[in-house]
Parts: sequence; structure tokens; C-alpha cells
Amino acid sequence: MSLFSFTRKKQQPKSAQTAKDRLQILLAHERSSSGKAEVDYLPMLQRDIVAAIRKYVPIGETDVDVRMERGDQMSSLEINIELPKIAKSKDG
Amino acid sequence: MTTEPKSNPPLGRVIVITSGKGGVGKTTSSAAISAGLAKQGFKTVVIDFDVGLRNLDMTMGCERRVVFDFINVIQGDAKLKQALIKDKRLDTLFILPTSQTRDKDALTKDGVEKVLTELRSEFDYIICDSPAGIEHGAQMAMHFADEAVVVTNPEVSSVRDSDRVLGLLSSQTKRAETEGSDPIKAQVLITRYDETRVENGEMMTIEDVLEILAVPLLGVVPESKAILKASNVGTPVVLDGPSAAAQAYEDAVLRLTGKQVEMRIQGERRAGLFKRLFGRAS
Repeated sequence: MSLFSFTRKKQQPKSAQTAKDRLQILLAHERSSSGKAEVDYLPMLQRDIVAAIRKYVPIGETDVDVRMERGDQMSSLEINIELPKIAKSKDG
Repeated sequence: MTTEPKSNPPLGRVIVITSGKGGVGKTTSSAAISAGLAKQGFKTVVIDFDVGLRNLDMTMGCERRVVFDFINVIQGDAKLKQALIKDKRLDTLFILPTSQTRDKDALTKDGVEKVLTELRSEFDYIICDSPAGIEHGAQMAMHFADEAVVVTNPEVSSVRDSDRVLGLLSSQTKRAETEGSDPIKAQVLITRYDETRVENGEMMTIEDVLEILAVPLLGVVPESKAILKASNVGTPVVLDGPSAAAQAYEDAVLRLTGKQVEMRIQGERRAGLFKRLFGRAS
């Protein structure tokens, strides 16, 4: 640390505060799932969605993409379903 | 040194030293806390639960005296008395080393319980040095505990893992599963604390860590050169001459035994103003 760094010290973001904020957000979510990884159900959700859509449209296992975005106040579940361009008929 | 056994019958208290994350100071803390308790006159045994990666023996300086181990006792190949190694410095301190060659699956719940029950009838404190992680070995180390010391560095992954471990302590242990029994008394021991970095805003403060983990504080061990020096020579840091780290462990030990000790945070002796300004050049 040089003598002149005193003048800049205040403006720098404190990484310790960032660490604390990140932990608080993350742990609030991890605790709410009572010790189990909360994203555990996402693969099952994906399977169920695929099964439901398949009743009407033929799609593959990988055509559904489920993502979770965890935020401080709320979390969002993003589900992307890739439908085939032209629905193929079963006989065709 | 006062080494006369204090209580009769023995207290028989099982304390797990755990953390989740590796490398935060579990074995160092297990060695220091058990030696500190023995120094206070409590008959103490420290058990290595890290099957396959034996290290407590080196930290305690008894690696050349291991004949039988914890797994031999569990499997009935040796008597507990044969496997316990008596410390050469304190006659109230014993070490139960683990196996270097076996697999952690050798730790059966019944076997661990049997050994701990036998130890409870003879020792005041039974310190269980947990392996890192939250797998079988770590679960066995915490399962029968009355008390837990969660070793945490003021760093994001360590705090996160400590939180996870606290969750397991309150849900996956014997005390948690037994209706009507008190929960495990969990407390956090902050290690590798660097006051200068905290002042510069580069490291989370004690208050930050406690606010997140929401458990009582057992002590704060400063980052200290004395720790490596003590482990180099196989001496628990509290027996290796005065240092800030040794003082912090001694205080933590007193708190474990129920004494009220003011929380004082000493770093390595801080460099003077002159050295802080011009220290880089030297």
C-alpha cells in the first residue's frame, strides 16, 4: 500500500460486503429447501412437462429447457419449449 | 502443568469438530482444543474420523506410535485400551488414530456408538475430528455428538458449507432423531481471521459471519504463523509456546467448559505505523 492509496480507499467497493450479500441471498434459498438441494425437482418437472406436451405434439426429451433464476426478493422459473417446425403426423 | 483428573464420574461429553469445507482448520482445532481441555485437567480423548487420510497423529506428534487404530477397535481386532495413545506431554490426553488403509465404510454406526459409549464412561471430553465433506465419515463423526464446533473461515465457500453442516447437525444426528432430547449445542469457531483485511473491507467481519450462520461464537483464531510452526513439529498450538492463536484456543476451551471469557481478538502483533507505510521496501 502506498502513501497515496489513503485517498482512494473510500471509493473502492468493499469485497467483504459483496461476500456477505451473496451468501445471504444464497443461503436463504438453500435453507428453505431444508438441507436438500432445491433444484432436485427440476429434472422431474422437465419429464412431466415433456410427457404432457407429447400428448399433443411430438417433442424430444431435450426440447424442454428448465432454468431457475434465484433472486433476493423472488425467484423465477424459466421454461423453454422447442416445438418442431411442422408437426409430423404419426403415419408420415 | 495441572493434569490431575477433575471429575469423578467423568463428564462423558462428545464434541464434534466439523466444517464441511476442507482446509479450514478442523484437525488443528481438534488438536488445540483437546490439548487445551487436557491442560485444564479434564481427561480428554481426541478421535480421528478421517478414515484413509490419517492426519491427527501427525498434528499431535504421535505418528510413530500408532499400532492399532479406531477401525481395529470397531471390528474387534484390538481392545480400545490397546489403540489409545497416551500423550507424552499431558497425562490426561489420549489420541485414538484412524486407519490409513481402510475405507470409510468401516465406520459403522453401531461400531462408533459402542466405542463412544465406552469412552464416555472414562473421559470428560471426547473430541471427534471430522473429515471434510458431508458424506458418511463426517456423518458418523457428528452423529452421537452432544456439542459441535463448526470451524469457519470468513470466506464465502466456508460459510456456505458451515451453514449446510449446521443444517445436518440439527436434522441428521442422534439428538435430532431422538424425541425429547436437547438439540446438539452448535457453535462457530472462526479461524484464519485477519483483522487488517477486515479493516480494509477485504474480509467479512465476525458480525457478518454470525449474522449469516445465527449460532453462538466459540472463539476467533487469528491467522497466525504459530499454527504452521506447531504442526511442523507435531505439537498442538496451545502447547507450543505463547502466540495469539494459542491464546485464542485457550479462551475457546474455557468457554467450552462453561466459563465466561471476554471475546478478545488479537492478531499477530501489528506492525507499527512506520513499518506499515514503508514496510514494502524492507
